Amino acid sequence: MATPPTPAPFRDRVLAGLRAGLPFGVASFVLAMSFPVVASEAGFSALEAIAASALIFAGSAQFTAVAVLIQGGGAGAAIVAATLMNARYLPMGIALAPSLIGGRLRRAVEGQAVVDASWAMASRGDGTFDRGILFGSTLALYVGWVGGTIAGAVAGDLLSDPEALGLDAIYPAFFLALLINEVRSGRARAAAALGAAIALALTPVAPAGLPIVLASFAALIALWRRAPAEERAS
Amino acid sequence: MSTPVIVIAALTATTLAIKAIGPITVGGRELPGWARDIVLLLGPALLAALVVTQTFTADERLTVGPEAAGVGVSGVVMWRTRSVVATVVTAAVVTAGLRALG
Repeated sequence: MATPPTPAPFRDRVLAGLRAGLPFGVASFVLAMSFPVVASEAGFSALEAIAASALIFAGSAQFTAVAVLIQGGGAGAAIVAATLMNARYLPMGIALAPSLIGGRLRRAVEGQAVVDASWAMASRGDGTFDRGILFGSTLALYVGWVGGTIAGAVAGDLLSDPEALGLDAIYPAFFLALLINEVRSGRARAAAALGAAIALALTPVAPAGLPIVLASFAALIALWRRAPAEERAS
Repeated sequence: MSTPVIVIAALTATTLAIKAIGPITVGGRELPGWARDIVLLLGPALLAALVVTQTFTADERLTVGPEAAGVGVSGVVMWRTRSVVATVVTAAVVTAGLRALG
């Protein structure tokens, strides 16, 4: 961390983000290797799987879309489910907006760099974000994600059964690693517990993706419930 | 157009739009203090929701399988070592091991 008065040059922040993002990029590479294998069951060619990773660049949405297609759902159902899965980027984008630079259009372009891991790593802990860290870590994740997809498409025969290798457990473990880095306060722990409870409670009754978006309300509840409780304790 | 091409094109467009809405509507305006407090809690809430839904869900139903044990052990590894790579490798190895035994 650079100390004021001279903030570290933007390029140094990007490099710091690249370094911070590297382990997540490696994890993302391994996970992405299973995507073309699963996607081929949904009728995707190797090239289409690579195009999906390069253009959509959202693991949960990509896996959700192919899961719906494999279960016999149509293109429309796959698109709706995967879009819901990505709906969490809406509150994340609102949170990030003031930390970007330029006019609205430029901010919208810069906002494309948001993925879960880079958004969490770029958070400065005061409600603002470091855009250099955001871009650097997203670059590491993008290279890992697209590179892993290409590797999986090429070496697909070696990965005929991703579940036997436990590759499906990588995704939740990846988010758990991010979560453990994020929960530093009692309030954050309360928000995490509430978010998990909301998502689990809604999973049997709501379409995939919606329980995660609605878990956003855990942030509101944790903020509102926690403040009076802390006052009482003191 | 084939189904994969339609799905890829549509999801590329919706993902781009979702990520653009926040920056376009908020622009450079500072968020008020209470909104920044919410932002700080949004990360833990969303990440925890992702962890539990990816761990305990199969075909939109709640289940507890080998991956739950794998993810649980990986959480201990992350907590003790702070190594992301060790964490995800543990999750895969434990899950694969339990599946091989089962």
